[in-house]
Amino acid sequence: MSLKKRHFYGFGLPYVETEDLSGKLIVVEGTDGVGRSTQIDDLKKWLEVKGFGVVTTGWTRSPLMGKAIDEAKSGHTLNVNTFSLLYAADFADRLEHEIIPALRSGFIVLADRYIYTAFARSAVRGANRHWIRKVFGFALNPDAVFYMRIGVEDLIPRVINSQTLQKRYWEELSGEGMDYWESGMDMRLGGDFYDSFVEYQKRILKEFDKMTKEFGFQTIDASKNFEEINRDLKQGILGILEDE
Amino acid sequence: MSRLFEQNHPYPGKLIIVEGIDGSGKSTQLQLLQKWLLDAHYRVFFTEWNSSALVNETIKHGKKKNLLTPTTFSILHATDFADRLAHLIIAPLKAGMIVCADRYIFTAFARDVVRGVHREWVRNIYGFAVKPDIALYFRVPIEISLKRILNGRIDLKFHEAGMDLGLSDDPKESYRIFQSKILEEYNAISSEYGLTVVDATQSIQKQQAIIREIVRQKLNAYKPAPFLQKKENIYVA
Repeated sequence: MSLKKRHFYGFGLPYVETEDLSGKLIVVEGTDGVGRSTQIDDLKKWLEVKGFGVVTTGWTRSPLMGKAIDEAKSGHTLNVNTFSLLYAADFADRLEHEIIPALRSGFIVLADRYIYTAFARSAVRGANRHWIRKVFGFALNPDAVFYMRIGVEDLIPRVINSQTLQKRYWEELSGEGMDYWESGMDMRLGGDFYDSFVEYQKRILKEFDKMTKEFGFQTIDASKNFEEINRDLKQGILGILEDE
Repeated sequence: MSRLFEQNHPYPGKLIIVEGIDGSGKSTQLQLLQKWLLDAHYRVFFTEWNSSALVNETIKHGKKKNLLTPTTFSILHATDFADRLAHLIIAPLKAGMIVCADRYIFTAFARDVVRGVHREWVRNIYGFAVKPDIALYFRVPIEISLKRILNGRIDLKFHEAGMDLGLSDDPKESYRIFQSKILEEYNAISSEYGLTVVDATQSIQKQQAIIREIVRQKLNAYKPAPFLQKKENIYVA
């Protein structure tokens, strides 16, 4: 793969050399329940069959920050800046310990969510949009961002279905069907989980839509079925790999 | 604007902060200033640049597993500060109190840049901070601070000496190099943000007299809210 210079989104990591990051960083973005993870699992297999080394990374808990985030979330004192910074530290840990080493070794990194998720979540919670972008100035610019776009009316049946809700309610013993955070219940945007979910996701989707132009997302129509979305994603990825 | 600390805050209270390297005597000076303010029946709220248990544990865990980088170290401290700012600084400022802070964001600016993060980035992540009404910088040469620190105890703490940066195997030498770099940053910050420089080589009384005069002038226009003036509302820390 080529050795074109990689760029940071903002002021970057002054102590990290970026000349030799020869891999590709491909991001799949989209809101909760849109089906990103299923697609990424399939894309990984597909790329591996083609002979590429692939590493996937998510927007989950990093080894450094996992416990701190869980503890902070279980409390009730999180203000939006604290919330945003906790996730920034979590992402920095993953970037420096997973993403950068993998790119240095020439892997394709498939990122299930990236900094744009943080921008959307922080913005709907009232953080300053300029500020949150500056905070994540240490992030690497990806080679491509595929935005799985869906309207709230198509999202609802994916989240509110027997399989998902029953599993969460009975098996994971979470005591709830819908997810507290995915429903934006920390902001109580509606009288119950369902109403809050609809309002919260509407706001998140609006943020993603606004970012499409700002960051040059390649939009994938995620209201289609799995195979069609899969085909569109593969076509987009081939476009990047053929740029060589 | 994304840097709130570059514009005046809208709160009725006053924020007084002290900065300086370890051993500059800033904490002693702030304590004496508080005694004087309390004696004048001002409502004073004291806060320190201390980390919460949440961040301390994360940093301890990160050190053990060798996970901490200059960036995560920096963001973790900012996270903690965001929480303290809301609860321990903005709340008393809204109530109209005089908040005395022992160290403030300039501590992070100096220390994190020496550890390797970008100068502008670290200023940006603290963009939500409140601008101090009075910012005192206690400037002291490195040899005097070293003497003061070693006077009090035998060993230098690992982080205080910057031992994790691999500057020197000898803690004293490492401390000297690390604190010298921090001092350089502080001097630059001091002119960048117009901190009031206090010559910290002077006697304790002399310095205190100087800062009391500065504070007296600044508080001229400050009127505590009526509910803060009631005698029964005044508690001495």
